Amino acid sequence: MEFYRNWFQILVIFITNSYWAFPFTKSIYQGPLKVICSPGLNCYSCPAASMSCPIGSIQQMLLSVRLSWANGQTYLALYLVGALGILGSIFGRMICGWACPFGFLQDMLHKIPSKKFGLPRFLRFVKYVILALTVFILPLVIVNEMGLGSPWFCKYICPAGTLEAGLPMLLLQPSLQDIIGVLFYSKLVVLIGFIIWSILASRPFCRAACPLGAWYGLFKNVKMMKLVLDESKCTKCNECHPICPMGVKFNESPNDSECITCLRCMHEGCQFGAIQLQIGGIPIHSPDIRRKA
Amino acid sequence: MKRIAPYHKADKLPLIVLSLFLVLFSLGITLDEPSRVLEQAWQICYSCIGIG
Repeated sequence: MEFYRNWFQILVIFITNSYWAFPFTKSIYQGPLKVICSPGLNCYSCPAASMSCPIGSIQQMLLSVRLSWANGQTYLALYLVGALGILGSIFGRMICGWACPFGFLQDMLHKIPSKKFGLPRFLRFVKYVILALTVFILPLVIVNEMGLGSPWFCKYICPAGTLEAGLPMLLLQPSLQDIIGVLFYSKLVVLIGFIIWSILASRPFCRAACPLGAWYGLFKNVKMMKLVLDESKCTKCNECHPICPMGVKFNESPNDSECITCLRCMHEGCQFGAIQLQIGGIPIHSPDIRRKA
Repeated sequence: MKRIAPYHKADKLPLIVLSLFLVLFSLGITLDEPSRVLEQAWQICYSCIGIG
């Protein structure tokens, strides 16, 4: 299953980054597909990006809300919040596991042999603060004299933007190298930090800092596709614990907001068929019991 | 008729939440928000990606 998941992640990367004329145009895609929100974290200033980043779009919409209203345009980011809500209520954080390019990068980095570490539990709450503050509140509240805010998450944190857009744009347009400064180098430090951390720990950005992961995590009780524990079959052998890339102890916390429904616990961990995948409460897949208790 | 498979009740809550967000999504379209999203996505925000 892990093999198929990795190939699905690669497929999504190519779908959301399908503009391969950028080496010739030296710029980004400007076609109609950019009206579609990419499900995962994928910077829309990436030269190859063919869809827009939902987190970037929400910030851009909110930071200019005063100017829009002054011009008689009532933009409230309902289209974007609606699109993210539709995805969240169907898939929840399954998108993190299957359709996020930056999640895939972290999965691959973690395969590099090294000593591995866990993540302190309190870090999972940081991403909710990042979502609330840098995506919604600060772009809306802190504005300049023209009434224009800043995209706080993109500007100061997002390592995906540095990797997918900042560095490629510097290569495509070398003249930009003259104007990079402290901001770029600080974002480069953030990116390098997460790359090193991803080698040492599984998906640290998803677990500690990703606002999109935090958003999808809010749907843990109302998402359609979810893994469910059959307690009558669970032997509490805890085989599902070490295999989870998000550090979820599934048999103790089957409805955990960190679960990315990668299905590893179901296919590689549980040997008693105690974990099944459900859509809207209806089981669609449960592996056969591989070994009798 | 004898039931041979366990009966599974479909969850209604996800459908209700999904419907709510479909309404928001539709409202956003009626407010012409997609064109604003396109405008934004067609421009490179250099300061957003750490340049400039």
